[in-house]
Amino acid sequence: MAQIVPLSEAVAEHVRDGDVVALEGFTHLIPHAAGHELIRQGRAELTLVRMTPDVVYDQLIGMGCARKLVFSWGGNPGVGSLHRLRDAVENDWPAPLELEEHSHAGMAAKYAAGAAALPFGVLRGYAGTDLVEHTSVAWITCPFTGERLAAVRAIRPDVGIIHAQQADERGNVQLWGIPGVQKETVLASARSIVTVEEIVPALEPRPGGVVIPSWAITAVSPAPGGAHPSYAHGFYDRDNAFYARWDEISRDRTRFQEWMQRHVLDTADVLEYRRSLEQLEAAR
Amino acid sequence: MSGDGPAYTPEEMMAVAAARRLEDGDTCFVGIGLPSKAANLARRMHAPDCVLVYESGTIGAKPVHLPLSIGDGELAETADAVVSVPEIFAYWLQPGRLDVGFLGAAQIDRHGNLNSTVIGDYGHPKVRLPGAGGAPEIGACCKEIFVMLQQSPRTFVERLDFLTTVGFGDGAGARESLGFPGAGVTQVITDLGVLEPDPETKELTLTTLHPGVKVEQAKAATGWELRVADALREEAVPTEAELATLRALKTTNEEEAA
Repeated sequence: MAQIVPLSEAVAEHVRDGDVVALEGFTHLIPHAAGHELIRQGRAELTLVRMTPDVVYDQLIGMGCARKLVFSWGGNPGVGSLHRLRDAVENDWPAPLELEEHSHAGMAAKYAAGAAALPFGVLRGYAGTDLVEHTSVAWITCPFTGERLAAVRAIRPDVGIIHAQQADERGNVQLWGIPGVQKETVLASARSIVTVEEIVPALEPRPGGVVIPSWAITAVSPAPGGAHPSYAHGFYDRDNAFYARWDEISRDRTRFQEWMQRHVLDTADVLEYRRSLEQLEAAR
Repeated sequence: MSGDGPAYTPEEMMAVAAARRLEDGDTCFVGIGLPSKAANLARRMHAPDCVLVYESGTIGAKPVHLPLSIGDGELAETADAVVSVPEIFAYWLQPGRLDVGFLGAAQIDRHGNLNSTVIGDYGHPKVRLPGAGGAPEIGACCKEIFVMLQQSPRTFVERLDFLTTVGFGDGAGARESLGFPGAGVTQVITDLGVLEPDPETKELTLTTLHPGVKVEQAKAATGWELRVADALREEAVPTEAELATLRALKTTNEEEAA
């Protein structure tokens, strides 16, 4: 059974320095509130895993939480570069960042293998590319057909963190809309934290809904608005203007640090974070 | 830009040229930006049954607005099916079910191989680019690949800084030996014209120029000695209807700003 606890407690109890941590959510339901809590609690030396390390990992990397990044596409979707990620890779600021990069299909296969507790995933990929020299991939021969295939090591994070729309009072979780790779992330991880928009007495089945039973989750934490600037289908839209603004905020180290201080370090939780952004908006 | 007909930008010409090359009923794997514009234009013009597939797992999306990310809510709301990320790659893309895959890149070489990883040395890059994303398997598995990028000596290079996505490798026969199901790059649509692979050697060859563009411009914008087809065609000027439809395609941000 999942414990239902405040997010600060879930992070304090389940995420340790040096852990392999995966925060997933493919454009939709990105667990920003949990990312902010990792930053507030000063987690360090993390190996961060994520297919699309967008703004949430730009913040974690820029704040010095990461030692290594395992990923497949690192950009600000529809906007451009992730300036903190680039600064870490190009200039070692605030610290050097080791990269292990894959294709999306490779990452998806790694998560699916992790969820199945298999040692590796298999796909037709990587062949002929320069990725082979710079990442962890091996070749196997199909025992039935003799075909040569790419094998990628399973992702087995210490902690998997996702955001969902709802949990019930027993900690069963449901998410709907674009489901991404969230179910695989929870099932592949030794421990898991699910932040939710709301806790309801009972889950109502939704079209395309993904239900994760309480007993497969370690902790459930309420975090209303916890996906912002990403979105929660049926609750609020993607804050596209914020992604565009992030380009300016993150371009400069000092401006980035000031923003993180004001909106993350000086706020106690997601409610205060949202209030701080509303105040900023009102002052514009 | 041209003497007759409406004025248009090189980028609009690219979107129109790409849209025209999609057939009604084509299933296409679309990214954000120009490819998404082109595919959405095609769906509103001659190819209403063109099926848009975004890597977020939205199959048959019919967005009213142009998406800002591949996972905008509108894509899920208008899709025929919404599937998980492992499913979109393992069940839909990689078996070779999709007709056309759109790709962009920072660099392309004469055999249509693409770089979207780094400019400069991998260990100490001059520019760290976003990386592979879905591109390697899109390039390997879609039946055809349409590449869209601006043509310049910086983008059309003799040698890639990093090979992210295989086009034709080192030439004829390379894809077959790698076991890729798709035919590879069939159209490279630039701001100057269109390149297609030579049927024998698989070297990209200039086959079409956009209106008003000279062969010399295309040659000067290419970092290798560009081959030019004997029967060089000229792309038709965008029609009023194409331009009006293209310009009506807006993201929600653009709509709010207007």
